[in-house]
Amino acid sequence: MGKARGKALGSQAGVQRAKPPANSNPFEVKINRQKFHILGRKTRHDVGLPGISRAKAIKKRTQTLLKEYKERDKSNVFTDKRFGEYNTKISPEEKMMKRFALERQRNNEKKSIYNLNEDEELTHYGQSLADIEKFNDIVDSDSDTEERGMLSAELTASHFGGGGGLLRKKTSEPGEEEEKPKSRKELIEELIAKSKQEKRERQTQRENALELTEKLDSDWKEIQFLLSHKTPKSEKKDKEEKPKPDTYDIMVRELGFEMKAQPSDRMKTEEELAKEEQARLKKLEADRLRRMLGKEDDEKSKKPKHISADDLNDGFVLDKDDRRLLSYKDGKINQEIDDPNEEGKAQEEDSEGEEDQQPDTEDSEESDDPDNHSDLESNEASEEEDIETENQKKKHIHAPEKNPSGGNQKAMIEAARSELPYTFAAPDSYEELKSLLSGKSTEQQLVVIERIQKCNHPSLAVGNKAKLQKLFGFLLEYIGDLATMTPPDLKTIDKLIVQLYNLCQMFPEFASSSVKFVLRDVVHEMEEMIEIKGRAAFPGLDVLIYLKIIGILFPTSDFWHPVVTPALVCMSQILTKCPVMSLQDVIKGLFVCCLFLEYVSLSQRFVPELINVLAGVLHMATPNKATRGYTLVHPFKPLGKNSELLLVSEKEDMDTWSKKGLPLSKVNGLKEGSKSETNHIRLSCICVCLNLIKRCLAMYNTLPSLPEIMEPIRVLLTDHIPECGYPRELQELSQSILQEMGNREETYQPLVCEKSKPVPLKMFTPKLVKVLEFGRKQGSSKEEQERKRLIHKHKREFKGAVREIRKDNQFLARMQLSEIMERDSERKRKVKQLFGSLATQEGEWKALKRKKFKK
Amino acid sequence: LVSPHGIGVRDDQALMLVFDVLGVLQSPDDILNAIHTCSRLFGALLERGELFVGHLPEEEATMAGSGGALRKYKVWMRHRYNSCCNRLAELLGHRSFKIKELALCTLMKFVQLEGAHPLEKSKWDGNYLFPRGLLLADSSLLISRFQEYLEHDDIRYHTMQATVDLVARVTDTHQQRVPPMFWNNTFTLISAVSLPRQQSDISNFYVKHKAPPLPALVFQEHKHVFEKMWFSFLKHKLPVSLYKKVLVIMHDSILPHMSQPSLMIDFLTSAYDIGGAISLLALNGLFILIHQHNLEYPEFYRKLYSLLDPSVFHVKYRARFFHLADLFLSSSHLPAYLVAAFAKRLCRLSLTAPPEALLMVIPFICNLLRRHPACKALIHRPSLTTDPYDMEEEDPAKSHALESCLWELKSLQRHYHPEVAKAAMAINQALSPHEVSIAQLLELSPYEIFEKDFKKEESGPVPLEFIQPQGLLGRRGDLCVEHFALD
Repeated sequence: MGKARGKALGSQAGVQRAKPPANSNPFEVKINRQKFHILGRKTRHDVGLPGISRAKAIKKRTQTLLKEYKERDKSNVFTDKRFGEYNTKISPEEKMMKRFALERQRNNEKKSIYNLNEDEELTHYGQSLADIEKFNDIVDSDSDTEERGMLSAELTASHFGGGGGLLRKKTSEPGEEEEKPKSRKELIEELIAKSKQEKRERQTQRENALELTEKLDSDWKEIQFLLSHKTPKSEKKDKEEKPKPDTYDIMVRELGFEMKAQPSDRMKTEEELAKEEQARLKKLEADRLRRMLGKEDDEKSKKPKHISADDLNDGFVLDKDDRRLLSYKDGKINQEIDDPNEEGKAQEEDSEGEEDQQPDTEDSEESDDPDNHSDLESNEASEEEDIETENQKKKHIHAPEKNPSGGNQKAMIEAARSELPYTFAAPDSYEELKSLLSGKSTEQQLVVIERIQKCNHPSLAVGNKAKLQKLFGFLLEYIGDLATMTPPDLKTIDKLIVQLYNLCQMFPEFASSSVKFVLRDVVHEMEEMIEIKGRAAFPGLDVLIYLKIIGILFPTSDFWHPVVTPALVCMSQILTKCPVMSLQDVIKGLFVCCLFLEYVSLSQRFVPELINVLAGVLHMATPNKATRGYTLVHPFKPLGKNSELLLVSEKEDMDTWSKKGLPLSKVNGLKEGSKSETNHIRLSCICVCLNLIKRCLAMYNTLPSLPEIMEPIRVLLTDHIPECGYPRELQELSQSILQEMGNREETYQPLVCEKSKPVPLKMFTPKLVKVLEFGRKQGSSKEEQERKRLIHKHKREFKGAVREIRKDNQFLARMQLSEIMERDSERKRKVKQLFGSLATQEGEWKALKRKKFKK
Repeated sequence: LVSPHGIGVRDDQALMLVFDVLGVLQSPDDILNAIHTCSRLFGALLERGELFVGHLPEEEATMAGSGGALRKYKVWMRHRYNSCCNRLAELLGHRSFKIKELALCTLMKFVQLEGAHPLEKSKWDGNYLFPRGLLLADSSLLISRFQEYLEHDDIRYHTMQATVDLVARVTDTHQQRVPPMFWNNTFTLISAVSLPRQQSDISNFYVKHKAPPLPALVFQEHKHVFEKMWFSFLKHKLPVSLYKKVLVIMHDSILPHMSQPSLMIDFLTSAYDIGGAISLLALNGLFILIHQHNLEYPEFYRKLYSLLDPSVFHVKYRARFFHLADLFLSSSHLPAYLVAAFAKRLCRLSLTAPPEALLMVIPFICNLLRRHPACKALIHRPSLTTDPYDMEEEDPAKSHALESCLWELKSLQRHYHPEVAKAAMAINQALSPHEVSIAQLLELSPYEIFEKDFKKEESGPVPLEFIQPQGLLGRRGDLCVEHFALD
């Protein structure tokens, strides 16, 4: 009794926890009692419903196992393909709908996916919907509808006669097809054909009517104005205006429809133009500064693209005005884009010698955007001009001239111009270009290259861009060749620079890559020499020219530039790896120093090699001494055969020397001139060196460790140079340098690190540790734990499977037993029946026998 | 030259032929064939044992004296053999390399045969001839040929011994004026000597003895002779270039093979005192001695400090030097003033350095500052307006480096090369706690820097100069126009 009560109590707890079905029988619930209650442990199996679960299991087995058992000897299978037959989730109505849809789909399925004509056509009243949608049925007269409303006898007969009509009709017309009685199908087809034909007829009729009305309309219009008095009101107005339009009205109309003048269509004064140019230059300069400081990347990454809440995101920007500006020049409207003549003239001026000192506005604009539409026209125009008469050319040439010698040069150019053919094919190889240019004067060469450019302008034909790109490479090579000649043709190079610059502006990518490859060759050569000999010789004049050209073509002040930075490294290598062996080397070294200074003149960057070389050159100008007080850096040696290379001892040479630029052409091969000439060059070298030092001093004035940098030079200038008795000019120069050094106040600014961000306080977030249960193996690695877990799981599954199999077997055995029992009982029943019948038979027979005996 | 030698050598004719052959060997032409003939003739004789064995008596005495004809013949033949060997040794100085090489090979063949069929008991001598001839003439090719034989342990052993004798002899005879060629050749020869690592490796003998002579068998003996050879070589005054070469191979091919490396201390310290590049090179050997052999070197760091001069960034051995300097300064127990002095001096010197050196030395300096937090004052000192550092002071302790600041790095922030400038910018912020490895920066060459810049991809379009040029040298007032003329 107590047990039962306990069960009941437990069941109540179970009800609370496991939420069994509300009508559960408390006697069916089994409680797994726990010995101890442990906080936080989840118990899943505290309540069981053995009866229910057993019933479930049996049901499942009867559905699966029993079925299998019963069909164990059958090999054919019955598959039910009806849609959703066994799916209990779908309601019967839905099921029927789906089945219907499927059927429809099956009927309408295309025979072949490639047959596009099989599309099902949607119709309305027998007309295709697509046709109706065109709305071309203008005249929808009432007669149509009337007709539609009409019922033909035949139709009604066929529709409403229940099919009998058709049959009747057949009998009524026996004359046509007597022998063959038509089947029903044939009859229907016939009917359809007939109705279709009728429809077609109706349509043609309608179209005819339409045509006729239209024709009538047009005819009417033709004769309308003859019957002017009876015209309808609407057409009256038009008729009145057409014959005699009032001039005033016309004016008004015209003014009304005319394009409104743009608000910016305003004349631009010279000042404004200048201002614009200035703004453009300012922008470019700002760009350059930004690149110099190396801020490009930051800005790109930041780019705070603020989008207003009202932005429609339609790409419309208000403050950018693309409209052309009207401006006047020389009394004519200066339409920058539309006026080819003007442009052509500008270009002509541009290419003809570059005499005018002021950069023309249009020139630079022209070169800035080569994709300008005007290019095409302008070039054509300029070509035309080439062929034009002498007269007109002169007009161009008498453009503003400031150079007094310009006239003479103009004449020469003119001569060159007239001698040469007007068109040139772009050279495909360097040899071709060379043969084109060889044997011609500088002016002629210029004209040839200019004409090649014009004839092959990228806007004229597709392949021209590549041709002109190649031309850049060839020109570069040609310049190198000119520089290596003896004597070098520097004059021509001087002129070719402009062409090179223009080409570079057109194709920056190609130009930079070709210049880079030239540089790479130079550096590679030097590297090889260093590897073999341990030192390299100063490169030839062509390399120096290339370096100079790089400085001309590309902005040298950038923090990093794809061409200029390698060039700087190359120059540094020249200065550090090439020992000075001769006077030419001194000139080359000084030229490279000069280039270095030019390169960094804007960015004011520090070049250690420069100072080293300048100190070394000064050292060469002083006699060797035991005590020096300064140290020389690598390629220069304190003692040796070249350590007094620049020393001049002849007094008279010093007196006759006057300041002159160092001749670059002498670099290739210094002819053994007279001694005094050599001495003069030496003195010029020293002069240049001192000047460069002065420049350095001015440039590096803000460097904190300038005194240390300049220390060797200072010692040389104070202790050694004055003793050599150089000309007064040099002495004064060195004195002024020393003075400048002395003037500089000590500018040691204390070094302070930027304050680093404070380290954020440590946050005490709770540390999460996996709670390990008791009884588990602890402390093993993760893999080991995982393995154990899997083993455990496998064991449990195995047990479960074994139990299931056992239960299956029990179930099957039960089934077999029940079958056997059934069979036995059946047999018993039959046996009993048989015995019964036999017994009755026997009984009857005995009764008969008894009767007989009685008788 | 047809010579039916080897068939009937005892015939008189053949005997006469020996004279013929030797005569041809003396004459300038057809030497090659003569050497070939000699090689085969005496080779055959040696193998047959037809040369006199034992201590060789005087030729005339034997001829005059009584004795068997066979004995006389053998003695006579032995004399011919000796003269042939001498002549071959002389030929080692011949102009033609072919003849030289053939003579050498022939002699080596004789050595082998002689070893197999010893002519004189208990003395293994054949080798003494060679090095001398090899070393006096300009014969680097021949030496490299000879180096093939040096792989054999016995040849190596005897060569080393012979070298010791020879060096002593040559320096004795030439007194002060030993030709530099001799030193060069000697160095080429002995630098090729590389001892095996252990006793068991000694098994490769050129001469197949039944019982090899004892000293050539013992590893310790090899080491001993090796050591002796180097000492005999190094105790003389060597040309500077040779000094450098010796120091370059010192740490990995000389010191490990010595039985007592500490004996090198004198040589290394004197080299270290010479200054310049030689000192830099001596550092490596010294380091091994200090590190592995407990050498105590007084004022080592002061010496190292004085090694830092502007040339240190330009010499060939820059990578090696900075690698070692990094090692020496890696100890965290060094006093701060010392590290500060090094950092400051390097900074000062970097004002004349090329970019490839700067890219290495700036991280180097930053590493120094990271290792020694006391030195961080060098880059963060809010109140200082003069530089108390004394560049001329030899003693790092008195250079006042710790009271200075690294303004030089501030100057280098304006260096023309972007990478250098970026590296120098590192001191603007507080240094990150982790050191930067300079291992791959040590060997940086300007060419590599160039290639790196060359290959770097530009993201946007190439920026162009916007000022129109006016010719090659530029506008009036530009630097180039002022100082240079086109013609």
